Amino acid sequence: MAIRDNHAMLSAEEISIILLSLKVAAASVIFSLPLALAAALLLARTQFRGKTLVDALIHLPLVLPPVVIGYFLLLAFGRQGLLGGFFERVFGLVFAFRWTGAALAAGIMGFPLMVRAIRLGLEAIDPRLEAAARTLGAGRWRVLASVTLPLALPGIIMGALLAFARSLGEFGATITFVSNIPGETQTLPLAIYNLTQSPGGDSAILKLCAISVLLSVAALVVSEWLNRRSRGPGASTLA
Amino acid sequence: MKLEVAITKRLGALELDVEFSAEAPVLGLFGRSGSGKTSVVNAIAGLLKPDSGRVVVDGEVLFDSARGINLAPEKRCIGYVFQDALLFPHLSVRHNLLYGAPRGGGGAIGFEAAVELLGLAALLERRPLALSGGEKQRVAIGRALLSQPRLLLMDEPLASLDNQRRMEILRYIERLRNELKQPVVYVSHAVGEITRLADHVVLMNEGSVLAHGPVQQIFNRADLRPHTGRYEGGALIEAEAVAHDARYFLTRFRFDGGELVAPGIDTPLGARVRIRIRSRDVSIATVMPQGISIRNVLAGNVTEIADNGGAIVEVSVRLGTIDVPARISRQARYELAIEPGSRVFLLIKAIAFDKRSVGFAAS
Repeated sequence: MAIRDNHAMLSAEEISIILLSLKVAAASVIFSLPLALAAALLLARTQFRGKTLVDALIHLPLVLPPVVIGYFLLLAFGRQGLLGGFFERVFGLVFAFRWTGAALAAGIMGFPLMVRAIRLGLEAIDPRLEAAARTLGAGRWRVLASVTLPLALPGIIMGALLAFARSLGEFGATITFVSNIPGETQTLPLAIYNLTQSPGGDSAILKLCAISVLLSVAALVVSEWLNRRSRGPGASTLA
Repeated sequence: MKLEVAITKRLGALELDVEFSAEAPVLGLFGRSGSGKTSVVNAIAGLLKPDSGRVVVDGEVLFDSARGINLAPEKRCIGYVFQDALLFPHLSVRHNLLYGAPRGGGGAIGFEAAVELLGLAALLERRPLALSGGEKQRVAIGRALLSQPRLLLMDEPLASLDNQRRMEILRYIERLRNELKQPVVYVSHAVGEITRLADHVVLMNEGSVLAHGPVQQIFNRADLRPHTGRYEGGALIEAEAVAHDARYFLTRFRFDGGELVAPGIDTPLGARVRIRIRSRDVSIATVMPQGISIRNVLAGNVTEIADNGGAIVEVSVRLGTIDVPARISRQARYELAIEPGSRVFLLIKAIAFDKRSVGFAAS
C-alpha cells in the first residue's frame, strides 16, 4: 500500500471533485424541485385520465437500470438528439459530455424520490384546511402559497434531501450519458470508480469514501435543521 | 338574512333533495346525523357542487345550475365554522384570525372588537396545537367573523366539546346574534342548541326537508316529535322574565299559558327567553296536589293522547296557545282515567329547567 505524505490533506484535484459533485447535485435539485412539486400536486390533488400512466412514467428511473436511463438520455439529449438539438438551438444549452448533463442525469434519477416524498407530504394535509382557507376569501393560488406549501414543507425538504443524496451518489446514468471526464463530469462516485481501476489508490479511495459519508451526513443534518425551523418555535418535530 | 336553497345531489346512498326558503337572523338546520345537513351547508359555502338547483342569499345568486352560475367559495362572502375548528396549524392565533380579514381593516367588526368579544387576547401569540378544544372553536369563530361574512355557517360547532365548554361557546354565539346581529345558519342534532339559538328551523331527514318554520311551531308539532327528539322531546315556550327572587335564586317567567319558576338566570326583567319543557320532566295530577315540593303546577285540558300500547303514553295538555306534552306511564293514565278533554294539573319541578333548556330569544 502506498503511503502518501499529504494523506490527511485534500489535493486541488480532490477539492475540485467535491465542488463539482456539490454543483451537480445542487443544480439537479434546484431545477427538478419546481417540476417535482407540480407533478406531486398533479398526483395528490387531481383526478384525470391516464393518471396511472403518468405515475408509472415518473417512477421509471426508480425501477429501470440506470445504464438504460443514461442511454436514453444519450439518444435524446446528445447533440444529434431531438431534445439536445432543441436545447442547444433555443437556449444555447449543451448537455452531452458536460456537467450540465451530469446534473440532468442526477435530476432524473432523483425525480421519483422527490415526487414521492412531496406527494406524501401533500397527502398528509387535511384538504378541509384548504376548503377553510377558500371560505375565508383566498383564491386557489393564495391557498397554495399560504396553506398547502407551508404545510407540505417537511415533505418538500425530505424530497429535496433524498434527491440531493441520490444525486451525490449517481453513477450509472451519468457515466453512460456524459462519460467520466475529470473536471467536467467526474463526480465523487466516478472518481472513486476510476481509482479502483488503477492499482495502489486505496488511501485515496478511502479518503473520497469518507468525504462521501461526510457530505451525506451534512445533508441530513441541514435538512433536519430546516425541518425544525419550518415548524416554528415550540413545535414538535414529530409529524 | 334571506336564504333560498333548492338543490339536489346524489351522495352515495343518500339522495339529497332539499328545498326551503327562510328569512331569519338565525336559521337552524336540524336533523339526525347522516340526514344531509353538512352537505347543505357545504353547498351554500360552495364546497360542494349540487347536481342541480339554486342557492340564493339576500337576492344574490350563488349557484344556479340552469343558468350555469357557480360562484367559487372565495367569492361568496360566506363564513364557515367547522365542527373541528380547522385552524391553520402553521400560523399563530393572530395570523389565523387575520387570514380572511380584509387588508387594511374595515368591515362590520374590527380585530380588537372580535378579540374582545371572544376573549382571545391571551391566546394571540399561541399556536393552534397549544389550544384547548373550546379555545380552538372560539378562534375559529373569530377567524370566520373577521372575514366579514354576510352569512356565517356553523356546522355542529359544539359537537367535539365537553358540556362545560359547550355552554361557554353557546354564550359566545348568542353574543354574535344579539350584539353583532350576525346572520347565522346553525347546524346541529342537539335540540337544546337549536331551540336556544335558532329563530327558524329546517328539519331534515334522510336527505330531504321534513318541515320548516318558526322554531316554536316546529318543536311544538306533535306529528314531528319522532324527529324532534325522543329523550329530549317536549314543548318550547316563549316567556318573559317578570321577577327575580334574590333570596332563593329563582326567576319567575310569564307566558300566555301561565307562569313558570326556574333557577335564577342572569337576565334583565322584561327579557324574552325560550324555555324548553322536556315531556319526561312533566307529571300529571287530576287534583290540585298539596304539600308538594314541585314549584310549577299549571292547570289545563288534555287535547290529545298518544298511546301506542307500550309502557309510555304522551298526554298533551293545552296551556295558552301551545300543547305541552307530558310523558307518563300507561298504567297511570288508566288509573287516573285521563281522557281527551280531562281537566288536569301539570307538575314541573323548577330545577328541571337548566341552562341548556333556558335561552335568550333573539330580541
